[in-house]
Amino acid sequence: MEARRKERIDRGIKVRSEGIYVVSSLKEMLYVAGPRVFLIAGLLLLPLVLEMAPYWKRVVNIMCVYGMLAISFDFLANIVGLVCLGGAMFIGVGGYMTAIFNVYLHCPVYLAIPLAGLAGASICTLLLLPCLSLRGVYFAIVTLMYPLLFTRIIEALNILGGTNGITGLDSFPNPYLENYVIIILLLVFVFGLRRLVDEDIGLVLRGIKDNDQSVKASGINVAHMKALAVFIASFIGCLGGAYLAHLYMWAGLSLFALDFSIIPIAAVTIGGGGSMLGALIGTFILVPLSEFLRFFGTFRIVIYCLILTGFIVFKSEGLLTYFARKYDQFERWAKI
Amino acid sequence: MDILVYGTINSVTLSLLSLGFTLVYSISRLPNFAHGALYITTGYFIYLFLNGLGLSYPLSIIFGIALTSLIGAMMYRLILIRIRGMEISEIIATYAIGLAMIEGLRWGGLRGTTFTLPSFASGSRDILGVSVDDQRLLVVVVGFAVFALLYFFVRLTRNGLALRGIAQDERAAMMLGIDSDRMAVVSFAMGSSLAGLSAALILPLGNIVVEAGYNVLVFSIAVSVIGGLGSWSGAIIASFIIGFAQILTEKFLSSHFQMVIALLAIIITLLIKPSGILGRQKELEERV
Amino acid sequence: MSILSVENISKTFGGLQALMSVSFSVKQGEIYGIIGPNGSGKTTLINCITGFIKPEAGKVYFRGSNIKGWPAHKIARAGIARTFQVMRPYYSLPAYKNLIIPLWSPRARAIGGWRGGGKHGDRDTVAVDILEEIGFERDSRIPYKMASTLPTGYLKRLELARCIALRPEIIFCDEVFSGLSASEVAGMVPLIEKLKMEGITLIMVEHRLKELFRVADRVMALQFGEKIAEGHYKEVIADPRVKEAYLGSEEV
Repeated sequence: MEARRKERIDRGIKVRSEGIYVVSSLKEMLYVAGPRVFLIAGLLLLPLVLEMAPYWKRVVNIMCVYGMLAISFDFLANIVGLVCLGGAMFIGVGGYMTAIFNVYLHCPVYLAIPLAGLAGASICTLLLLPCLSLRGVYFAIVTLMYPLLFTRIIEALNILGGTNGITGLDSFPNPYLENYVIIILLLVFVFGLRRLVDEDIGLVLRGIKDNDQSVKASGINVAHMKALAVFIASFIGCLGGAYLAHLYMWAGLSLFALDFSIIPIAAVTIGGGGSMLGALIGTFILVPLSEFLRFFGTFRIVIYCLILTGFIVFKSEGLLTYFARKYDQFERWAKI
Repeated sequence: MDILVYGTINSVTLSLLSLGFTLVYSISRLPNFAHGALYITTGYFIYLFLNGLGLSYPLSIIFGIALTSLIGAMMYRLILIRIRGMEISEIIATYAIGLAMIEGLRWGGLRGTTFTLPSFASGSRDILGVSVDDQRLLVVVVGFAVFALLYFFVRLTRNGLALRGIAQDERAAMMLGIDSDRMAVVSFAMGSSLAGLSAALILPLGNIVVEAGYNVLVFSIAVSVIGGLGSWSGAIIASFIIGFAQILTEKFLSSHFQMVIALLAIIITLLIKPSGILGRQKELEERV
Repeated sequence: MSILSVENISKTFGGLQALMSVSFSVKQGEIYGIIGPNGSGKTTLINCITGFIKPEAGKVYFRGSNIKGWPAHKIARAGIARTFQVMRPYYSLPAYKNLIIPLWSPRARAIGGWRGGGKHGDRDTVAVDILEEIGFERDSRIPYKMASTLPTGYLKRLELARCIALRPEIIFCDEVFSGLSASEVAGMVPLIEKLKMEGITLIMVEHRLKELFRVADRVMALQFGEKIAEGHYKEVIADPRVKEAYLGSEEV
């Protein structure tokens, strides 16, 4: 029997469309731009397609919020190397901040959400500051605990509406705005983060994950850079939370729910980390799935966790890398 | 006086709860975020053996603990061994497994007050003028017995010495022929059985509710961070600090603050002395 | 005028006295060698001066100001670069992208990259220039290879390149020659001399004495954390205590 092995070879069009040569023909440009255009156009058209199904339009909104969380988790974990086990903290802080701005201080929606993003991100960064100069496991531990802590404090002190939460937040003036605000935010942050990661400052962040001693030896304050990264990530998360609070017109303890922590992690693991797009793919699979599994209640979390563990152990590259390989390369059997 | 007595009881309880977490971390350098889940699962197993299969109480406790330690060992042998060294994946995987167990039990109906275990000792007696029920006393006695046993285990037995070797310097230990994967399995089995033992002792004091899984996880993490990750004696000292702090706040504020205290203690520790009370010298680990 | 002077620096690890009040001073533009047997505290000394370890006692004066106790990044920003004995490149990045990080650092940005050029925007070009200067053949595409695929010789040079990109005043070289073949070392020596010509002060910890003595102006010998000799290399190797430290009590 003759020995064979599988070869993977770049498609001709991929090689032709690298670098500046991409402008050589329309076909090559389409090849490169295709997936991005598909993503952007698809997301923008989604609310129109689902015109007849208001319930699913709402699911799309929630899906986008999870998408924001997933890209912020992806950015922190796979670029900077900080594992955040409590994405719910960002959602909760953002939600409560917008409630404070909107209900207590009477800011209009379009002012309350950005303000909540900034204020929430500052609070989260400040709270996470003590563990930034330490090894990664401390960050995981502390983020795991903060959502629990917030819940307990709000319960114990009976502040911010206690267990009932803060009600009476303004809703969005019209349903299209409701859809497109979050979709556009998501797209802006996905492509913005991808750009940031390719910039020199993104290289510094990746350097921190790779080996922070060398970054220190290059005269860069590692804790500052990590704080910056946490600020960016928590800003994205808090905006999502603020949006969600206005969508529900309510900010309550369920904003600190476990779903917000685990779904983004599962989404990034399934989609494949480090590219932000993988996080999106994961969210677009998991969140609609969880709507179908609504019947199972908390058992959904068990399902996510099992999928997540399976992917981490057996397919740690994630779906995006798999798809990208199919798109860019072909396989064939070659004799050795 | 009651502060002293209850503080001691609470502290021993805490250190018993967290010992498993500390043990696993000190040997395999893995933060076992499934620790709380293992704790609550043991309680459920014991309940099942006792009421479902009608086994006798001691037998169901033994089986429950054995089953949990088997789960812990399998968790390492089947899953974690494949992702050793990838810190991010390790953290996520143990967290996900723990969540799956806890939320699975919640879905399975482990809520409310229906699930209780009988206590082994029902009487109560006066200690220093404070009335303490026997079950709590038993927790303290067994706690101290476990500390002593562990102390002698790691100093006198072959396996124990191997564990200590791995904990101190994994590479050197491997060069001396100690199989670090086998030891990690052993550490997971031991850590899980410690979680199980503490569940068997402590759960009869109340209901078996899934929230306890999260609480146990938070408390054991707090204790081991404050004591210095991976330091056993540090963990015991830290559990006395938190234990008394909790009793004091419970007396003068309200019992809601128990977890808040634990978390604040973590933050303060990270701010003042990140390596914890008895953490290994940081510089040695970060030697460039 | 000495650019760096270290006074009575001490450090203990647990019970082990790693450094016992070591003092020395280095003049601007000088190549200063530090030799000593394994475990004599050479790397610890570098770590203490560059802020990666906090020394317990002593003072470190750099251009007149005491930098002891400053965090590592601040010391690097002041102009003291270092290589690591265990090489620490960014393995997930291509070789030339490794240099973007020091080029991006506040110090390099303030000074303006390499030889006045590349203030902003063309850090990639500057990075490849530096790599070419240090012996990465531009045409071989080696500068564009992932750091994880490079052989030791290139990684050692990459460590040095990372220091150069910072535009430092002092470079601490922690065993840049070790692990290299004789011909690779021969390629490195002119490089070191070129750096000296540019006015950069080099402090070299080295095991390869022959190569070190070719470039070093002065040499210090350490043993068990103590300075046992200092001066021109001929004086140092003539010192009986150095002989004993290196060779036991046998004759050379």
